[in-house]
Amino acid sequence: MTDATQGGPIRTKGKSILELDTRTKKRNAAEARFKGYGIAAICVSLFFLVSLLVTIVSNGVPAFTQTFVNLSVTLDEAKLDKNGNRNIDEIKKVSTFGYKPLINAALVSATDGIETELTDKDLDKILSASAGAVVRDHVIANPDMIGETVEFRLLTSSRVDGYMKGRVVREDLARDKNLDAAHLDLIDVMAERGAVQRTFNWDFIFGSDASESRPEQAGIGVSMLGSFFMMLVVLALALPIGVAASIYLEEFAPQNRFTDLIEVNISNLAAVPSIVFGILGLAVFIQFAHLPQSAPIVGGLTLTLMTLPTIVISTRASLKAVPPSIRDAALGVGASKMQAVFHHVLPLAMPGILTGTIIGLAQALGETAPLLLIGMVGYIATNYPEGVTSGFLDPNSAMPAQIYEWAKRADPAFYERAWGGIIVLLLFLLTMNLIAIILRRRFERRW
Amino acid sequence: MSNLMLVLIVLGLGAVGFVLGRSRAMSVAGGDRRKLHSLPVYYAAHVGLNTIVPALLLLFGWMIVQPMIINSSVSGMIPASAIEEGGNLSLLMSDVRRVAEGLDIAVTQGAMTVSEATNLSADADNVRDKLAAVGVALGSDVTTDTLHAAQRYRAMAATGNLWKSIVAIGAALIGMAVALRLTAVAFRARNVVERGILMVLIAAASIAVLTTLGIVLSLIFNTVEFFQLYPASDFFFSLSWNPSFSGRGGGSELGILPLLWGTLYISFIALLVAVPIGLFAAIYLSEYASNPVRSFAKPLLELLAGIPTIVYGLFALLTVGPMLVSVFGDNGALGVGWMQGGTAVMTAGLVMGIMLIPFVSSLSDDIINAVPQSMRDGSLGLGATHSETVRQVILPAALPGIVGAILLAASRAIGETMIVVLGAGAAARLSMNPFDAMTTVTAKIVSQLTGDSDFASPEALVAFALGITLFVITLGLNVIALFIVRKYREQYE
Repeated sequence: MTDATQGGPIRTKGKSILELDTRTKKRNAAEARFKGYGIAAICVSLFFLVSLLVTIVSNGVPAFTQTFVNLSVTLDEAKLDKNGNRNIDEIKKVSTFGYKPLINAALVSATDGIETELTDKDLDKILSASAGAVVRDHVIANPDMIGETVEFRLLTSSRVDGYMKGRVVREDLARDKNLDAAHLDLIDVMAERGAVQRTFNWDFIFGSDASESRPEQAGIGVSMLGSFFMMLVVLALALPIGVAASIYLEEFAPQNRFTDLIEVNISNLAAVPSIVFGILGLAVFIQFAHLPQSAPIVGGLTLTLMTLPTIVISTRASLKAVPPSIRDAALGVGASKMQAVFHHVLPLAMPGILTGTIIGLAQALGETAPLLLIGMVGYIATNYPEGVTSGFLDPNSAMPAQIYEWAKRADPAFYERAWGGIIVLLLFLLTMNLIAIILRRRFERRW
Repeated sequence: MSNLMLVLIVLGLGAVGFVLGRSRAMSVAGGDRRKLHSLPVYYAAHVGLNTIVPALLLLFGWMIVQPMIINSSVSGMIPASAIEEGGNLSLLMSDVRRVAEGLDIAVTQGAMTVSEATNLSADADNVRDKLAAVGVALGSDVTTDTLHAAQRYRAMAATGNLWKSIVAIGAALIGMAVALRLTAVAFRARNVVERGILMVLIAAASIAVLTTLGIVLSLIFNTVEFFQLYPASDFFFSLSWNPSFSGRGGGSELGILPLLWGTLYISFIALLVAVPIGLFAAIYLSEYASNPVRSFAKPLLELLAGIPTIVYGLFALLTVGPMLVSVFGDNGALGVGWMQGGTAVMTAGLVMGIMLIPFVSSLSDDIINAVPQSMRDGSLGLGATHSETVRQVILPAALPGIVGAILLAASRAIGETMIVVLGAGAAARLSMNPFDAMTTVTAKIVSQLTGDSDFASPEALVAFALGITLFVITLGLNVIALFIVRKYREQYE
């Protein structure tokens, strides 16, 4: 029995009940502070997310545009085809170096009337080193155009491109032997005249990687194909194997040591660092099985082993979600256990399985560390695969490996490419995750 | 006959078997499928599987065994003197294989006739030039011994391939015949086929075990090889990491301690960032946040988890590193000059911490939600404020689970590769300054295996010893964490 029920007088501290005492105030302040910490934690993580995305977009978007010079190059017959018989083999003998004077002459005439301290010889520093090859390829493709004046759209060098994008400023050029401030003055005038333009850079999305000295030419297209072939391998192996393994574990496996062993293995494999899978791929597929190094098939096999646990875990969850009444009904009308699973349970679990698979694939698509070990970096992916077999077996890069490769290179112009590559990669991941979410929304069943 | 061709033929026979099996089943039932024990398609599948499976298994077995037998038989032909001259047996054998392949290519391209290729002599004909003409480059001139061995290799391979084709196709035909004979009205085709399918399912499930086995074996074999070249005590206890770059080995110091120090230091900083933020975020989201806030903030947090690590690596290298230098560097805003370059423990740790926030928060969220509501109600009913309830009731109750979550995050941090490869630097040093560049186990695995060094040198093999250390550490952390989490779940279920 407490005092209150005995009707005794209630002791007060002589304060109004409407006013909080100091202890309550303190406790309430602590409450508010604690809540504040929580809000701060959320805000800090959202701030990190936003700053990450802003960094990616602001650094990466410039990679999608590129500066070009419009030049009318006179394809001088005396230089390109001395005998005048348009023999393609003789034309091919003129190396890209032989095209330099032509391009230079075109530059001189294009900059006609612009006051500059540069000598005519120095002018071509504003162009990419690939200019000669572009003109040469055109001439070899159309030998009958020799002698005419042809309009070309040539890449500028990465410094000029950087200047147009605001990445390179005049102060930087003091120590740069590739370009002078005078070139930039020239570019300013040419840009005003419309001879130098910045346009959307399809070559970045569909092109191939270029050597270390030509960042303006580098594109992510070939490594995108490499990733595509890898994902084909992962899809073709991880989906059936993962589904088969989950069906066994969920529907057929007896409770014994072997089943326990498999389950423990799967949950541990899901937590093994990805680099260890790279070591496995190197030792088993390259050292032991002698598969070709840097080939998408090896990358695909390695990533398959890495993705399997993810797929198994999500597949088992969606198999478990199918209510037992479905199985019982099938068994009741005379289906075998196998028929009940394959004809009824599996189709019902399919949306969940596909969602899990897509998420697993997205994970595999962004994974870099194992690819480093099986040799997918240090390789410059300049050639498109020639066919399906070559796509699987010939050395190639993959999107994340390509990004890493660019991030490692010395020229800061490659950093812009790396960020641009990340945008492409994230767009792929976003699409895949959206598909997964839509699949789940459309087909998910609540029993 | 090429292997692909053989596989296609066997598959084709399987298809034939499928059709034959179906018609055979219908004919034994006299056209009335109700008399059969199983559906006709099961009889068809039974014949098809019996045709394909044994033949393909034989074929794959043959493909593995044949090169082994040929190698051991041919390597017996190479005299000991040649081995001494030529370095070692495996190099000579690869020469032999190359010559044999080259001769085969020459024959298929029509550069040599079959008899020319078999009657070559090493002295009279310049084999090296002839093979170079068909695009097979050899490292040295071909000796008589090598050529003899290569001819023997070719002969054995040709006989082997012939027998392989005969055996594979024979097995397919026999399998088909046996299965067709078994087809009868009372034959339980469904049960047999389903047992076969079950075998396939078991095989698929065993791949997880095989993967673990593959990881462990490949790590152990190469590590043992490494410890034969480099003393294990130096590896585990030496305080310096200083591999030689000559590529041929010698004079390298390969101590793991500086790498472990870097790994642990970076992981510690990462956890210092991720644990408070992740934990408070989880507490707020599960205890305080209204539904709209939760459904807005939670997916955004999980977005951080979906971003590939290469992106974080680039963020560390190109954004966070320079930013930290501008604050803590020589001419930085604070003017303290602690930081020399953008790559540092702090850079990598900070970015890794960001990466781990969603990991910690979603795991802790699950664990906090698993604390029974009655405990909350009891505490609130006694007059505790919400924060007092969280601090004095929920967190103590959830503590084991949260520790498990932190251990899982730590294992993630230790195994993380791309962020440290790009953000932490390459110099292995034992230093207390978090603004120094240091390196980690994972970063060194990458650099030792992607360099130019010879694969059999201790400089490359050390990566496997590092790998096994990493594997053991992360596995240990995971097992402990999963054990704790599971124990904790049982407590409240």
